[in-house]
Amino acid sequence: MSNSSDRSRPPISSVGLAGLLAWIGVLVVLSWWMAQQSYSWLPVQASTAAPLVDGLFSFETGIGTFVFGAVVSVMAWVLLKHRAEKYDESDAEPIEGNTRLEVIWTVIPLLLVMAIAVYAMRVNTKLGVLGPMEHIHLANPVEDQGGYAADRLPAEQVEVIARQWSWEFRYPSSNVSTTELHLPVDQPVSFRLVSDDVIHGFFIPAFRLKQDVIPGRAINFNLTPTREGRYRLRDSQFSGTWFAANQADVVVESADDYQAWLKNAARQPLQPGISDAVTEYGERKQLKNPGWATVPPAPPPQVNVPGSNTLPHDA
Amino acid sequence: MTSATFPSSPPENHSWNRYFGFNTDAKVIGIQYIVTAFFFFLIGGLLAMIIRGELITPPADLVDRTVYNGIYTMHGTIMLFLFIFPVLNGLNNLLIPTMIGAPDMAFPRLNAVAFWLVPIFGALLIGSFFVPGGPAYSGWWSYPPVSTQNPLGHFINGQGLWITAVALSGVSSIMGAVNFVTTILRMRAPGMGFFRMPVFCWTALAAQSLQLIGLPALTGGAVMLLTDLSFGTSFYQPEGGGDPVLYQHFFWFYSHPAVYVIILPVFGIFSELFPVYSRKPLFGYVYVCLASFIIVALGLVVWVHHMFPSGVAQWMRNFFMFSTMLIAVPTGVKVFAWLGTIWRGKLRLTTPMLFCLGGLFNFVFAGITGIMLATVPVDIHVSNTYFVVGHFHYVIYGAAVMGIFAAIYHWFPKFIGRMPYEGLGKVHFLLTFIGANLNFLPMHPLGLMGMPRRVSSYDPEFAFWNVLASLGAFLLGVSIIPFLLNMVSAWVRGPKAPHNPWNAIGLEWLLPSPPPEDNFGEHVPTVISRPYGYGTGEPLVEHQAEIENQLTLQEASA
Repeated sequence: MSNSSDRSRPPISSVGLAGLLAWIGVLVVLSWWMAQQSYSWLPVQASTAAPLVDGLFSFETGIGTFVFGAVVSVMAWVLLKHRAEKYDESDAEPIEGNTRLEVIWTVIPLLLVMAIAVYAMRVNTKLGVLGPMEHIHLANPVEDQGGYAADRLPAEQVEVIARQWSWEFRYPSSNVSTTELHLPVDQPVSFRLVSDDVIHGFFIPAFRLKQDVIPGRAINFNLTPTREGRYRLRDSQFSGTWFAANQADVVVESADDYQAWLKNAARQPLQPGISDAVTEYGERKQLKNPGWATVPPAPPPQVNVPGSNTLPHDA
Repeated sequence: MTSATFPSSPPENHSWNRYFGFNTDAKVIGIQYIVTAFFFFLIGGLLAMIIRGELITPPADLVDRTVYNGIYTMHGTIMLFLFIFPVLNGLNNLLIPTMIGAPDMAFPRLNAVAFWLVPIFGALLIGSFFVPGGPAYSGWWSYPPVSTQNPLGHFINGQGLWITAVALSGVSSIMGAVNFVTTILRMRAPGMGFFRMPVFCWTALAAQSLQLIGLPALTGGAVMLLTDLSFGTSFYQPEGGGDPVLYQHFFWFYSHPAVYVIILPVFGIFSELFPVYSRKPLFGYVYVCLASFIIVALGLVVWVHHMFPSGVAQWMRNFFMFSTMLIAVPTGVKVFAWLGTIWRGKLRLTTPMLFCLGGLFNFVFAGITGIMLATVPVDIHVSNTYFVVGHFHYVIYGAAVMGIFAAIYHWFPKFIGRMPYEGLGKVHFLLTFIGANLNFLPMHPLGLMGMPRRVSSYDPEFAFWNVLASLGAFLLGVSIIPFLLNMVSAWVRGPKAPHNPWNAIGLEWLLPSPPPEDNFGEHVPTVISRPYGYGTGEPLVEHQAEIENQLTLQEASA
C-alpha cells in the first residue's frame, strides 16, 4: 500500500484543534440529545420487554447520530472548503492512502459494532430469561419440529388462533373465548400461537414484541404486561386481502378487573366475534366490479365476548 | 470481429433500428438494457404513486384491497427484477469491456439472449395484470401459504406467471453473471493485473460471483413453490408435511445477497466518480477492492436476519446478528475511503458528483438504520414495519438509484457521443434528493410507532407522517421528468462530446465517443499503472500522449 504518511504535513493549528474539539463536543451533545429523544418516537412502554428494547434503541440512536453527524460534517467541510476555483483545471495533491488511518477506521468500527452486538445479545438473553422469545427450538429436541403437543400444554396458557382475517383468544381454564385480548397487569402470561391457514404475525407495538404464527406449529410465547391500558395487536406478516384490517385490541387491566371480566365472560352465550374482513367482504359482494380475486374470509369466530376494536387505544 | 485501424476509426453512422434487434455488441446491449429498465421504472413508479395515493388517507378508499395488494407486489417485483438488475447489467455491458480494454463480452450471443429474456419475462409479468383474478398479490417475497392459495383455482394465474417470470429472470441473470465473470477474469488488457483494475470491475466481479452462488437457491425454491401452487406438491404446505419456513430460507439465501448485487456496483460507481470530480486518487485503492470480497463472503451468511421473528432458534438469532454487524466494517472502510478521497480535493460539483454526494449521504443514513435492524431486540419490534420499508428505500433509491443516475450522467457522453445538459441535471438532482428524503424519512417514525408494511389501511394516528411521505413520493414522481427530458434532448441534439469531457483517467476515456464496435480492436493499450492517478502525472498506459493526440486530432477534423 503506497501511502504518504511519511510525508511531512503541516500540523493542525491550535485554533483549528480547538475548533475541531468544540465541534466534536457539539456532536456528542447532539447525539446524547437524540438518544433521549428516541424514546418519544416509540409507543408507550407496556411490557417488561419494552424498556430493554427502547434502551438499546436509544443507545444505537446516540451512536448513529454521532457517526452520521461526523460523516456529514466532513462532507460539509469539503463542500465548503475544498471546491475547485473557477477555471482551475489542475489536479489536487495526490494522496493515495494512509495505512495507519485505514487500520484505525477498520478497527474502531469493528470494536463499535461488536460492542453494540454484545449489548444487543445481552438484551436478547434477558428477554429470553423473561420468557418471550423461545419458540420451537426448545431445550428438549423432541419438541423441535412441532412445538408443544396438545396434551402437554401449560395449564394457564392463552390460546391465540390467527385466521384470515380475525384473531381469536381462548382461555382454556376459564372456558372463555373472545376477540378482544384481556391480560392482567404485571403477571407473566403464556400464549400458544396457532394459525388456521397462512402465516400471520402476532405484533403488539406497545409490548415491543412480535412473533410469526406458523401454520402447522404451535408456538409458545411469553410476556409480561406492565401498564394498564388498551393497545393494538396487529397482524405483521402479510396474510392476504384483509391483512391490514386484521387487528384486535389488547386490554391490560388490574388483576381484579381481569378476574371480573373472565367471570362475566364465562356467563355470556357464544356469539359472532369481530371480523372486519367478513363485514367488508359482505359489502364488497354488492359491488358490480369489486376488484381482483380474493380468498373468502373465515367466518367470525364464535366467542363469549366480541369486545371492540374501535375504542381509542393508547398505542 | 473486424480489426480496427489505429487509432480506431470514428464509428459508422449506425441506424436506430439496431437497438430493436438481436445485436451482439455489448454497447448496444448495454443501452438496450438501460432503456428497457427505465421503461419498466416508469411502470413501477406509477404503481408507487398509486400506493402513496392510497396511503395518503387512513382508510382503504382509493383502490380495492385486492388491487392494492397486487400493486404493491408488482411495484417491488418490477423495481427489482425489471429495473434495478437490468439497469446495472446495462452499465456492466457498457463499462466492463471498455474499462478492461476488451473488444466485447466473452460470450456475445449469450449476452444478447440474457438481455432478450428481460422483455420476455417483463411482458409475462405485466401480462399477469390481465389474467382472471389479477396479478400476484403476496408481496415480492411470495411467502407460502399465502402465495399458494390461488383463490380462483385457475391453472393460469397471476402468482404462477409471477413465479415463472422470476425464474426466467434468474436464468437471465445467471447467463449474465457467467459472461461478466468470464470477461473480467480472461479479457483484461495487457498489463492490467487485478490490482490495476478499476474498482467498478472489482465490484462487478464480486456482485456477479454472488449471483452465481445465490441464484440457484432462489430458482430451486421458486420451482418448488410453482409445483406447490400448480401441481399439488407440498414442499411448503404444513398439511402435507412441508414447512413454510423452508421457503423463507431459500428465498433469503439469495435475496439478501441480492442487496449486495445491487449496492456493490454502486460502490464501484462512487469509487470511480469521487476521484474524477475531486481530482485525487481513490484513497486506499487496495483496501476498497478487497472490501468488496469481504462483503461477498459475509453477505452469504447473514440471510436469517430477515427471519428473526419467523421462529428461528436463539443461537441463530445471535449468530446472524454478529455476522450482519460485521458487514458494517468493510462497508465503513469504503465510506471512509470516499471521504478520504474528497478530503482536500478540488471538488467539481457537476451533476454526477452531486448524485454521488447525495447518494453517499443517504447511504450512511441507511447504514445506521441497518445497524439498528441487525440487533435482534430492535429488529423484533420494527421488522415488517415501515421502518424497514424506509431503510431499504434509502439503500435502493437513496443510494443505489442515485448512484445509477450519477453513472448515467457521467458515461452518457462516452456511449452516446453527446453531452447531457447540466442545468436539467441539477434540477433532477435537487428534486430527487429532496423527494427521496421527504418520502422515505417519515417511514422510520411510522415503523417505530408500529405501522406494519404492506397495509392498505391504517389507524388515524399514522396519518401525519403518511401525508408527508406521499408528498415526497409525488415529488419523486415529478423528478423523473427533467431526467427524461435531458436524456432524450441530449441524445437527439446535445452538443457533441469529446473523447474525455471530464478529464477522467481510464481506458474507456482513451476511446472515441462513442467507441467503435470492437473498442480498441487489435490495438489494446498496455496498462502501466494503477487507475485513478489524478495529480500523480503518471500515464495509465503506454503511449498515452500519442493516443490522446490522435483522438483530439480526429475530433478537431470531424
